[in-house]
Amino acid sequence: MSVATLDLSRIAPAFADPVRESQAVFREVMECMARPGRITRFDRAPQAPTGLGQAAGAVALTLFDFETLVWLDPALADSEAEAWLRFHCGCPLTVQAQDAAFAIVTDMAKAPNLAVFNQGDAKYPDRSTTVILQVASLEGGPTVTLSGPGIQTTTDIAPQGLPQDFWTQIETNQAQFQFGVDVLLVAGDQLLALPRTTTAQIKGG
Amino acid sequence: MSTPVPARANAPERYYNYAYLDEQTKRMIRRSILKALAIPGYQVPFGSREMPVPYGWGTGGIQLTAAIIGPDDVYKCIDQGADDTTNAVSIRRFFANVADVATTEDTGEATIIQTRHRIPEKPLKAGQVLIYQVPQPEPLRGLEARETETRAMHAYEEYGLQYVSLYENISAYGRIAATAGYPVMVEERYLMSPSPIPKFDNPKMAQNEAVMLFGAGREKRIYAVPPFTRVRSLDFEDYPFETQTWEETCALCGAKDSYLDEVILDDAGDKMFVCSDSHHCAERRAAGHVGPMAGHTLDQDAALKEPAQ
Repeated sequence: MSVATLDLSRIAPAFADPVRESQAVFREVMECMARPGRITRFDRAPQAPTGLGQAAGAVALTLFDFETLVWLDPALADSEAEAWLRFHCGCPLTVQAQDAAFAIVTDMAKAPNLAVFNQGDAKYPDRSTTVILQVASLEGGPTVTLSGPGIQTTTDIAPQGLPQDFWTQIETNQAQFQFGVDVLLVAGDQLLALPRTTTAQIKGG
Repeated sequence: MSTPVPARANAPERYYNYAYLDEQTKRMIRRSILKALAIPGYQVPFGSREMPVPYGWGTGGIQLTAAIIGPDDVYKCIDQGADDTTNAVSIRRFFANVADVATTEDTGEATIIQTRHRIPEKPLKAGQVLIYQVPQPEPLRGLEARETETRAMHAYEEYGLQYVSLYENISAYGRIAATAGYPVMVEERYLMSPSPIPKFDNPKMAQNEAVMLFGAGREKRIYAVPPFTRVRSLDFEDYPFETQTWEETCALCGAKDSYLDEVILDDAGDKMFVCSDSHHCAERRAAGHVGPMAGHTLDQDAALKEPAQ
């Protein structure tokens, strides 16, 4: 949150061709939001600074700008990642989770409950926060079965490193539709979406 | 003196950004699209821009296309089902010019299909995006003129008025008279205008494999139906939803199950019924299907093969 002058020499590059690359990233994010649980890879996205993965960085470069208040994980405060976002996206930052259009959570041990973010207004549910959760991996964790709009029958995902009560939070989030946050799970260069319409069932749970 | 080489369409010296819109506008529309997909059937307000065509000519659909299109896309644009009408041809040329995309009339090979008032006959598949041009996104507008009120009605799922309107239809005409823009319920939560598609197309929206996006430029709204989503046309138990049927078949290709347009041929009242989906009809004719008036001068392919005598 410092207002000190940015040290440009320490800011890593973003998209080489912002127009084409942000379009390609968006189309993938759109398909993922339309088909919850679908995993996509952004292996050609630029390397984001320490603390941010390629996928989180690509989403930020594609969707953030001066119109979007961004809540950044305190773990990233005054980091190169913060300077990178401020320089390339020009996005204002906020510490008020309630005000954020987007949130990036990187420290899962201290991850805030989804309920602290903006849940939207009854008349304007689109004003809720889109929460980007950066986890250890999107594979190899406990299996969770998803269903809902965008999913033909059911689909299984197995993300690793989520907070213990995460799926209870998702259940609460889904149950209060039309309110609710929309979640993008990212790990390294991978991304999957959990919009507020998606129902999750822990396998064997 | 060498003749100047015309700039390639995608050369940096062009006077506008790729796909016409500036990047900040695209980001704003993209964010709206994501929220629209997350809340199926809900109308997301967006900052609609002035486009190089007037409102009512598909500015909402054009802005959606411009926000998502990339050079690898194959673009199709139809107007009332036809690829060869003025508006469809103009919009297709616009994107061929500003977005350097391949265009097609083939429903199967298109990745983005922009449509005014039809859903193609050929079932859509995953990987395709269907973009609807919407004149009036608010299904309740004819019943309640105030946006503040209709927004509250959606917020609190207060749709009684819509059912009263359908009931009044039945008491006046003996049936639900709406034939186009027939209201639908998305995931049993949001009442949605399907845009003025004939109700014949309504069942195709349910459980569709493609992503469906709706854009209303003048009204500044975007909404969406993700793939595999429940979309129900409103009805009553004793007056179930029905689509249009025809006793005629397509005069050119003989199709019995497609949406037909009635074409008046002369002052004597002669007429023909033809598929509204021009590509569907052409594909059937190419496959050897023959209708009762095959070879008619309105059958463009036949006209090309046999010059007028």
